[in-house]
Amino acid sequence: MLRKTRILLQVVTITLVTLLLLGIGFRVHLWAGWVAKIQFLPAFLALNFGVLAMVIFAALLFGRIYCSVVCPLGIMQDFFSWLGGKVKKNRFSYAKENKVLRYGFFAIFAIALIIGFAPLTTLFAPYSAYGRIVNSLFKPLYDLLNNWLASMDAANDRYNFTEVQIWTRSVTTFIVALLTLLILGFLAWKKGRAYCNSICPVGTFLSFFSRFSLLRVRFDKDKCKSCGMCEKNCKAQAIDFKNGTVDYSRCVVCGDCLDKCKFDALHYTAKRTVATTKPVDKERRAFLVGAALAGTSAALAQTEMKLDGGLAVIEDKKAPKRQTPVTPPGSVSARYMQRHCTACQLCVSSCPNNVLRPSTDLQHFMQPVMSFERGYCRPECTRCSEVCPAGAIKPISREEKTAIHVGHAVWVKDNCVVLTDGVSCGNCARHCPTGAIQMIDYEGHQVPAVDENKCIGCGACEHLCPARPFSAIYVEGNEMHHYH
Amino acid sequence: MDRREFIKHIGAATVASSVVLSACKSGDKETPIAKNVIDGQGEMTYRTNPNTGDKVSILGYGMMRLPVEAGGSARENPNSDIDQEMVNQQVDYALAHGINYFDTSPVYCKGLSEHATGIALARHPRNSYYIATKLSNFSPSTWSREASQAMFENSLKELQTDYIDYLLLHSIGGESKELNSTEMFNARYMDNGILDWLVEQKEAGRIRNLGFSYHGDVEIFDMLLRWHDEGRYHWDFVQIQMNYVDWNYAHVIEPENVNASYLYDELHRRGIPAVIMEPLLGGRLANQPDFIVKQMKEREPETPVARWAFRYAGTPEGILTVLSGMTYMEHLVQNVETYSPLRPITAEEDEFLMKVAEEFVELKTVPCTSCNYCMPCPYGLNIPVIFSYYNTSITEGKMPTGSREAKEYWEARKRFLIGYDRNVPSLRQANHCIGCKQCVSHCPQNINIPEELHRIDDYVEQLKRQ
Repeated sequence: MLRKTRILLQVVTITLVTLLLLGIGFRVHLWAGWVAKIQFLPAFLALNFGVLAMVIFAALLFGRIYCSVVCPLGIMQDFFSWLGGKVKKNRFSYAKENKVLRYGFFAIFAIALIIGFAPLTTLFAPYSAYGRIVNSLFKPLYDLLNNWLASMDAANDRYNFTEVQIWTRSVTTFIVALLTLLILGFLAWKKGRAYCNSICPVGTFLSFFSRFSLLRVRFDKDKCKSCGMCEKNCKAQAIDFKNGTVDYSRCVVCGDCLDKCKFDALHYTAKRTVATTKPVDKERRAFLVGAALAGTSAALAQTEMKLDGGLAVIEDKKAPKRQTPVTPPGSVSARYMQRHCTACQLCVSSCPNNVLRPSTDLQHFMQPVMSFERGYCRPECTRCSEVCPAGAIKPISREEKTAIHVGHAVWVKDNCVVLTDGVSCGNCARHCPTGAIQMIDYEGHQVPAVDENKCIGCGACEHLCPARPFSAIYVEGNEMHHYH
Repeated sequence: MDRREFIKHIGAATVASSVVLSACKSGDKETPIAKNVIDGQGEMTYRTNPNTGDKVSILGYGMMRLPVEAGGSARENPNSDIDQEMVNQQVDYALAHGINYFDTSPVYCKGLSEHATGIALARHPRNSYYIATKLSNFSPSTWSREASQAMFENSLKELQTDYIDYLLLHSIGGESKELNSTEMFNARYMDNGILDWLVEQKEAGRIRNLGFSYHGDVEIFDMLLRWHDEGRYHWDFVQIQMNYVDWNYAHVIEPENVNASYLYDELHRRGIPAVIMEPLLGGRLANQPDFIVKQMKEREPETPVARWAFRYAGTPEGILTVLSGMTYMEHLVQNVETYSPLRPITAEEDEFLMKVAEEFVELKTVPCTSCNYCMPCPYGLNIPVIFSYYNTSITEGKMPTGSREAKEYWEARKRFLIGYDRNVPSLRQANHCIGCKQCVSHCPQNINIPEELHRIDDYVEQLKRQ
């Protein structure tokens, strides 16, 4: 019963989270957005006290059910662990808690969080890790399916699916996601919830409360025949059947042991029958996620479609080297973003204009930055601010958006087609949503001039500039967004 | 819906019936087959060229929009090769059904039209058809006497013949940034002495009829006819754009353009036969909005919409032939039916079509015929497809209209925007037009292309922001 309920909830959660992260359209952020907002670390960073209180209260009452049915990374590991169990049955055995690794890592993580060292926090935040896996690995596959459906739609004059661009937003993030999937998949296959019980900061944090949970798995010593089936099937390696104990700091309340016990000797109950013993600390395997940071240069082929010929070839745009990264409106400043974002990639997945992508800069590792080679930040869109579960991109209205200056446009004289090709242009001025660009007379040519005070840094000018591969006008980020 | 889709839908019944009918003439006819009983009951109508006595079919085959292997014509799939087999098949059908006038040019289909036409026609006796081609020396590199002569000689080679029945100075009246229309005409035909050389070729029998096609500045048209009156040059025929919209409204749509009624009358009173191009305005007269279709169907339920335009173009007696760029077999079958024989437009029908023309002009569509002369745009835009998508949305009533409170408005808006992305890749959309105006001088319809693109872009932008 417990196990079945758990699996049902897991299916619901993982489906919603995955659909959300795939950015399937159908206003998914409206009906599934909540599932991201109840994730622990994002809620913590957003100072969403309601969610935090609920999660802690649930841990005190039910144990670590959060890890079972809310955390998508946990659910993913359960899937691999289940696969491993198909190959080799009854493969687990009790292992003592690795306190050094567990609490040592937790301390490091807490410090990183306090000083705002983003690369570390974002790398180990469980929901974000899953977000990156979906965004980098599964989304391209989904997009292929989507584009196929869109082509069917187009052929049948339907309008449910629209074609999207398929592109790797960041090779580094792709590699991190791939390594995360491989390492966690392998660990879960072999060792169940090893990551959750030795590395995951959310798991460790919740363990402080789950130790004292009201409802918990308890042995009925009278009925126990010491067959050991419970221990052999505990993916948290938390059951010591010989001593009749369960390590509640690691038990994720999956219910597998209850189902495996043929003698009805285990119960998930509030009734106290036996005392728990403290697990003894001993070293455990090291988890070398750090390795994920190494090796970043593998080149990925772009999967974009070839365009028809007979038309002029359009050279791809290249991103300029920006002195200050541009972060989306609502994120206050690069610094604010750095301290609040868990790099879950939900905003990246959701951006309909192909503007957001994970940063490769170590300071803002995998956190979203804006660039305008494939589109610009359209004035009517506030999608990223709507979906962000961590409050790193604060909710803003359309009206507010046009008053937030995330950057300012800079004219690059050497690239301007007016001067290089001797043609008349003015496409930047024509498309500036705030009218910050005027065409002025310069050596007998009409060239753009930017009123820095009016420019909001949306990138319309940069994207629509005919100069390629580098635009003749580009956006420099504002260290802190200007509001006026 | 463009012309080909139109034909697919509306013409499907006719096509099916004609094909099936011919196939089971000898067999049993158990199922009654729908058949248009008004047209296609006799032989192709012919007009006589007063200069040579040529009996020319009223339907001429325009070889500008030949089918390509990837489907459609070169304007849909510019990179695809011409589907020679299909061209052969359609030319065979055309000849078998009385069409004997084939119009091509060295620049059509990325320069491959003459070659394909030559292959198809060479399989038939040379005296069973007339070839029309042009001296298309548009680019300055072909203005020299040698280059222009080489172009003519190459036409003969590609068309596998030693004489051209109808040779045209291609599109006189054009101008460029640097040259006005007179200077342009002189540079192409007079300064290099090529017009005189062509007259010599005519005397030598390598050209049977010499004429010109006209778009643009009417001064040049008038000048050439004055030369004709003065006896300086003799024009055996002239090719003009004519259809029931341009008859009275060409000037209304683009102030620089001249009404077809003027052009035709000028030719007719001199006894110069007129060859008609754009009888359908690049297919746009086949793609009429519902309220116009309704009026036409109420008169003749079984007559395809396009047929009104073809009947109109063929009716005046001074018309030698009406050119149609038939990409698909279905175009061909339907047009053959229209002109076998031609059922002239009556005075009452003429009045009706003038009323239709007025309503058509009111739609404020972009007068683009998708001739692709403006392409490639140096900044990558797909100009004709942007215009045709916009026009189609208007004529098919797909523009979001009415109250913004209504659900229908938002549905239409979504369809329009998604459809725009589907028809034109985002990097080739109107918002990338920088207004360099390099296309403007290429447009035979005198459309102010950048202005129209900016208008469409503003409309799209305004929709997106709602």
